[in-house]
Amino acid sequence: MPETKDLRRRITIDPITRLEGHGKIEVFLNEHGSVERAFFQVPELRGFEKFAQGRPAEEMPQITSRICGVCPTAHHMASTKALDGLYRVTPPPAARKIRELFYSAFVTEDHALHVYFLGGPDFIVGPKAPAAERNVLGVIAKVGVEVGQKVIGMRRKLREIMTAIGGKAVHPVLGLPGGVAKHITPSEQEKIKQIAKEAVDFGSFTLETFNKLVLQNTEYVDLIRSDAFTHRTYYMGMVDEANLVNFYDGPVRVVTPEGKEWKKFAAEKYLDYIAEHVEPWSYVKFAYLKPLGWKGFTEGSESSVYCVAPLARLNTAQGMATPLAQEAYQQYFAALGGKPVHHTLANHWARVVELLYAAERLKELAEDPEITDSQIRTLPTEAPREGVGVVEAPRGTLIHHYQTDEKGIIQKANMIVATQNNAARIAMSVEKAAKGLISDGNVSEGILNMVEMAFRAYDPCHGCATHSLPGSMPLLVRVHDHRGDVQATLRRDWDGSIRRS
Amino acid sequence: MTEPAAVPKNPKPKVAFYWCASCGGCEETVLDLDERVLDVVVAVNIVFWPVALDFKRHHVEALPDGSVLAAFVNGAVRTTEQEEMAHLLRKKAKVLVALGSCAQLGGIPGLANLSSREGILQSSYCESPSTVNPEKVFPQTLYKENGQSVSLPGLFETVRSLDQVVDVDYYLPGCPPTPKLLWDAVHVLLGSELPPKGTVLAPDRALCEECPRKDTRPEKLTLKEFKRPQDVLIDEETCMLAQGVVCLGPATRSGCEALCPQGNMPCTGCFGPTSRVRDYGAKALSAISSIIDSNDPEEIEKIVQTVPDPVGTFYRYSLPSSLLRRRKLAPAAKL
Repeated sequence: MPETKDLRRRITIDPITRLEGHGKIEVFLNEHGSVERAFFQVPELRGFEKFAQGRPAEEMPQITSRICGVCPTAHHMASTKALDGLYRVTPPPAARKIRELFYSAFVTEDHALHVYFLGGPDFIVGPKAPAAERNVLGVIAKVGVEVGQKVIGMRRKLREIMTAIGGKAVHPVLGLPGGVAKHITPSEQEKIKQIAKEAVDFGSFTLETFNKLVLQNTEYVDLIRSDAFTHRTYYMGMVDEANLVNFYDGPVRVVTPEGKEWKKFAAEKYLDYIAEHVEPWSYVKFAYLKPLGWKGFTEGSESSVYCVAPLARLNTAQGMATPLAQEAYQQYFAALGGKPVHHTLANHWARVVELLYAAERLKELAEDPEITDSQIRTLPTEAPREGVGVVEAPRGTLIHHYQTDEKGIIQKANMIVATQNNAARIAMSVEKAAKGLISDGNVSEGILNMVEMAFRAYDPCHGCATHSLPGSMPLLVRVHDHRGDVQATLRRDWDGSIRRS
Repeated sequence: MTEPAAVPKNPKPKVAFYWCASCGGCEETVLDLDERVLDVVVAVNIVFWPVALDFKRHHVEALPDGSVLAAFVNGAVRTTEQEEMAHLLRKKAKVLVALGSCAQLGGIPGLANLSSREGILQSSYCESPSTVNPEKVFPQTLYKENGQSVSLPGLFETVRSLDQVVDVDYYLPGCPPTPKLLWDAVHVLLGSELPPKGTVLAPDRALCEECPRKDTRPEKLTLKEFKRPQDVLIDEETCMLAQGVVCLGPATRSGCEALCPQGNMPCTGCFGPTSRVRDYGAKALSAISSIIDSNDPEEIEKIVQTVPDPVGTFYRYSLPSSLLRRRKLAPAAKL
């Protein structure tokens, strides 16, 4: 009787790739070569909530944008809105529109980045294509240099809008409590209008391309629908007063795995609904629905695990606020069998629908005559205390919460960052995909990439889950060593003379 | 018998990118080369770039030492894994470039040096108002369950710049560096004449000289108070300091083309010092304090108080690389 081989082993994917941030996946096979357990680990932590303490609140939009250089605008905007709350100040209408215009340009280009550079290659080039081809260069080889240049050119133009309005596309500077730093001139408005038109066409083009290359490929559609990549969880997203998707402002709505409204809450109430759970095997904390308590990495309406970002936002809202996106939204649900859609890989499609909405919204705001108004600041008059700002980052609901002293110096900062809302579901998705794809010990590089596709669909962001100077003022400088003892004293007196002791 | 495959006459130079305690903004700068990215990928062979390509750590380990022409590493060194990767890439690359403020100076993650590892862990996993953790679970560097064990990198007590860990050949400053500076740097590094080791690949003069507002800066600029940006309707053309807003242009290296002033906000110093300055924060502090318009100690004290967070203002990007390095930790202090 031949002995059956013991196929027990451990497979490490390190680092995971085509996302923002760091991560590794550890897969443990049992003696039969099936997956016993898979861990999705985030190996980084930087401590922003800690070193925010002592910083002036008005610096937070620029400090917290360094949580992430791919989505700095999301942090910048959540932070700026928290400052509005902190100082109880309302920006003038033009400032609010400028912020949302900036934000719409950002979501369009950031979603395009994911579709074509980060997640897209898995579908456009193929999940098991050679590693050297599974990237944006492989995409360009497949769709052609002209299309490649169109994608790159579109992102460039959108980011030029961002630079013009916000100083920089990476780490913008426009956010102030009660307004924005700079107004938009009529000639800038003309340029933005032109780019916005192109962006809408680009959104439609992206939807067509996705349809052609992904949705008409039955193998891919079967993969999207497969059980290995499906979870039935709660879904969370920001909506406007009509319950339509909005990235900039509105209440946060949560629906059950059956698609019924569970809760709808204003930003300030987030602590009643969202809590964070700690595991010893990852630095990222796992957000869950507080009223239900932590039930573990499980799904269904008894579990408190929920999901954010495109898949979730389309499930949570009752439609899109612009015409082309609304049509795409209807086609999406018709094709996938109604609401809610639980297929994680459908995130890629939902993202394209959102890209189209963001572009249409950009165009609406660019054409608004109020966008060039010079009233862009309301100066705060009240003493600061506490503020919460919420936006929809491209990768999910993002919350900034600050408490300050009466001088506006941060005493405490709490941030629930988009991908944290997905962290539990991502961990589950990776394990489920690994279990579904690996058997009898058969592991290939292509299969491991398909395990990575389980996280990549969420577009996670782990950086988000770490002079001639004429004065003659007298000056005293004391240099202390690490023990605190004074090593040297330098003194500059009224007459400019310098003495050292 | 088949002929061995012909080796290309001039194989493309190998280039690698990596991120330590980073936000990914420096990666975005590479992508902000836009259409020129296509020229870059034609000229070089990118062998490692986790944000965009699927090569793994074992691919890098398998490369011969010194076979990578240039490795661009951004981010500060915060964890044991980042320190290992810095050493690995130093070994595999002929030239190591510190890309961005974090790699050059420690960057904004360096503000964690005002606290401690314990302080950060307590803040994240215990003190956060939304975190429910009654059993005080903390991430472990080694975790065992059912006979399986997984590891996480450890956090160092102190955040370091790249050159505090490995030998660095060149620096590209900025948070992030501009695509233009990156483009120029790539050409220099692919060229035949390399600059002296240690060169910062950006102009060596202060930002004021490059700022579009410089003509509005008074000959003699002195102030009776500093204003916080939310309290001023900042004029879109006048020198920031002349308006009373703290701007670190006088102390900061140029090369960014004054992007923040063009956004109508002051410079916060992300390009770091010019070559003539050892401690950026001290230079910035001296630049700002030297324009205080008073000889009366009590009045001076009042004016100084109008800059509410000196360490966060002057050392925002450069604390790890400064002479201060970090806040002193008393024994068993919980900061």
